[in-house]
Amino acid sequence: MLRVNTNEKVTVTFELNGRTVRGEATPRMLLTDFLRGELGQTGTHVGCEHGVCGCCTVRIDGVAARSCLMLAVQAEGRRIDTVEGLAASKDALNALQRAFRKHHALQCGFCTAGILMSFSDYLSRNPNPDEDEVRDVLGGHICRCTGYAGLMKAIMEAAAELRGARTSKGAPAQ
Amino acid sequence: MKPAPFTYLRPDSVGEAVAALSAHGGDARVLAGGQSLMAMLNLRLVEPSVLVDISRLEELRTIRLEGNMIEVGAAVTQAELLAWPELDEQAPFIARALPWVGHFQTRNRGTVCGSIAHADPSSELPLSLTLLGGEVVLRSASGERRLTAAQFQTGMLQTGRRADELITAVRFPAGVGANGAAFREVARRHGDFAIVSVGAVASGGGSVRIGVGGVTDTPRCIEIGAELSSVDVVERIGHLAWELGGYDDVHASARYRRDLVRRIAPKLIGEVRACSA
Repeated sequence: MLRVNTNEKVTVTFELNGRTVRGEATPRMLLTDFLRGELGQTGTHVGCEHGVCGCCTVRIDGVAARSCLMLAVQAEGRRIDTVEGLAASKDALNALQRAFRKHHALQCGFCTAGILMSFSDYLSRNPNPDEDEVRDVLGGHICRCTGYAGLMKAIMEAAAELRGARTSKGAPAQ
Repeated sequence: MKPAPFTYLRPDSVGEAVAALSAHGGDARVLAGGQSLMAMLNLRLVEPSVLVDISRLEELRTIRLEGNMIEVGAAVTQAELLAWPELDEQAPFIARALPWVGHFQTRNRGTVCGSIAHADPSSELPLSLTLLGGEVVLRSASGERRLTAAQFQTGMLQTGRRADELITAVRFPAGVGANGAAFREVARRHGDFAIVSVGAVASGGGSVRIGVGGVTDTPRCIEIGAELSSVDVVERIGHLAWELGGYDDVHASARYRRDLVRRIAPKLIGEVRACSA
């Protein structure tokens, strides 16, 4: 049984956006704070810290989840993906990011990272969603600039583009 | 906010988890998906001195049919149950209610047993447990016991679990609602806490069992006999709403909650009757 005492620090190692990273955490350190404070990956934002606003959403073993509702020590050995890992390079945004830019699906950008991570998981599971399904998943995020109309357009268009990429290349596209 | 300090334990087996709970009892909390507990820790609504993390215990990560019961282990997430290929056939009511539990992003980590353990009066899974007549499996150093929904959920966020017990699984009778199941919920936004949730299943002989969540401190169920006309049903539900009373909070008044019950429940009974006819 692993035991980490109250103020004890342990080394936490996991795969972040395809490369192995490590840092030190006490038991009570949240994964959000570990990503930002220990690893300097500040793309993941901290909002409500109780799972409601969605801006800290990351992918854990491929699956979108709140990083404020997970301890850093629980990430040991997992595969974590954050917004920093979406674009192949500085000038090559992925399909979802391009659609966000085109449709002005962000204003202040605070909620954006979480929404991108949610839909990068969701669209890989449901490549052909209808608007109601997208709205349902988007309901797990709060955009206080209320840019939801742009978000809906961008996500529907990105889904269509990803479907096209799938059929033309004959293989699923990221 | 951040959680208050605690000691983190990650047992390698159910046996070790149970031993940890025997040793730490009331000072410990069990962490599975963390979608309720982590929020409560962050808000410092709870400040346990020990957390026992069972989320990696593979032996608790199983969904299986055992006799006429569906057994869902304590590490199974809501998303995993929703993706279980036999869910529609074996548990049509849960297939309808589960998409209303939290959001896509929280169902990915939140567990079925965790939601039941949290015992929120407006939650969909405790309502399912009551409505379907399921049971909760608890293990301690002194053995295993099973509690019915009524024995388990004793009040708002209160359960019959002893401090040294681990919930290892929850069991739902298979096939209930195969002849008709319906679920409806009213919330400010899909995925938020329900103001009122109502479920109904065909319970044999033309009867419909109806369950109401979010109005009282635990979900409540009644049987609606086949002999009741639709006018009688409206009257019976009116009485039920009045008996339940309800509570006022920031989301809705007790009166509004009763009104929702009066409006939604007869519709669901009609739907289930139409399915099973």
